[in-house]
Amino acid sequence: MIDTALFYFFALLTLAGAVLTVTRRNAVHSAVALITSLVGVAGLFLLQRAEFLFAVQIVLYVGGIMVLFLFVIMLVNLDDAARLRQFGRQWWLALACVMVVAAQVVWFLWKGAGALRLPPAAPPPAPDAPGNTETLAGVLFSEYLLPFELASVLLLVAIIGSVIMAKKRI
Amino acid sequence: MLHPITTVHYLVLSAALLAIGTLGVLARRNIVVVLMSIELILNAVNINLIAFSRHFGHTTGQIFAIFVITVAVAEAAVGLGILIALFRNRPTVQADEIELLKW
Repeated sequence: MIDTALFYFFALLTLAGAVLTVTRRNAVHSAVALITSLVGVAGLFLLQRAEFLFAVQIVLYVGGIMVLFLFVIMLVNLDDAARLRQFGRQWWLALACVMVVAAQVVWFLWKGAGALRLPPAAPPPAPDAPGNTETLAGVLFSEYLLPFELASVLLLVAIIGSVIMAKKRI
Repeated sequence: MLHPITTVHYLVLSAALLAIGTLGVLARRNIVVVLMSIELILNAVNINLIAFSRHFGHTTGQIFAIFVITVAVAEAAVGLGILIALFRNRPTVQADEIELLKW
């Protein structure tokens, strides 16, 4: 019961934030709406018992990426851009295509909800089972060690790339 | 009165978030907002992964979500770096005014 109410609350937060992000004229307003949306997604992670990802979502997205976005918005002068036309000329075409695809996906999901043949949802873990973070760490550092190392290489490349991109003279 | 929440609810929410994000990428002119819409799309993917991870009682979905977040961070950093380099050369952030390569 309380789970249902919380799901609808976080879903509303997520979708309202997303709509405001796409439609606001001022980029700073968009960024604040995006933060709302990301917090909603974090709440959904918590509802799905992904506590570690909840923390990562808050720290990395809301604390890291959004601060980066706001810095760039301050750095790049967007006052002129806010007065211009906000949508491209083919915005109605984009809207129509997106609506068609979204309606298809949602319709098939509702129609095929029984035919998805998913096993019954897993029961909640026992109270003395290892926590979410512990389980994730065990899997990440044994089974997925190579992708983990590759991700560190990717981050290194991204750091060097963004520093070179933002340098005045290479 | 209220139905219990199933995995399909999460999938529908994720589809809606994906649609809104795609609309932002396709229709907005401001490059900063386009980058934010890409973040929305990646979050829709994460909701999907987490929902299936919970459904099957498997942690693999959460591991994949961690990698998606890693790639999203790298993408945001490089994208904003490109944006700053672009803004230094041409003081505009409108995606359809950057047409140097257009024939």
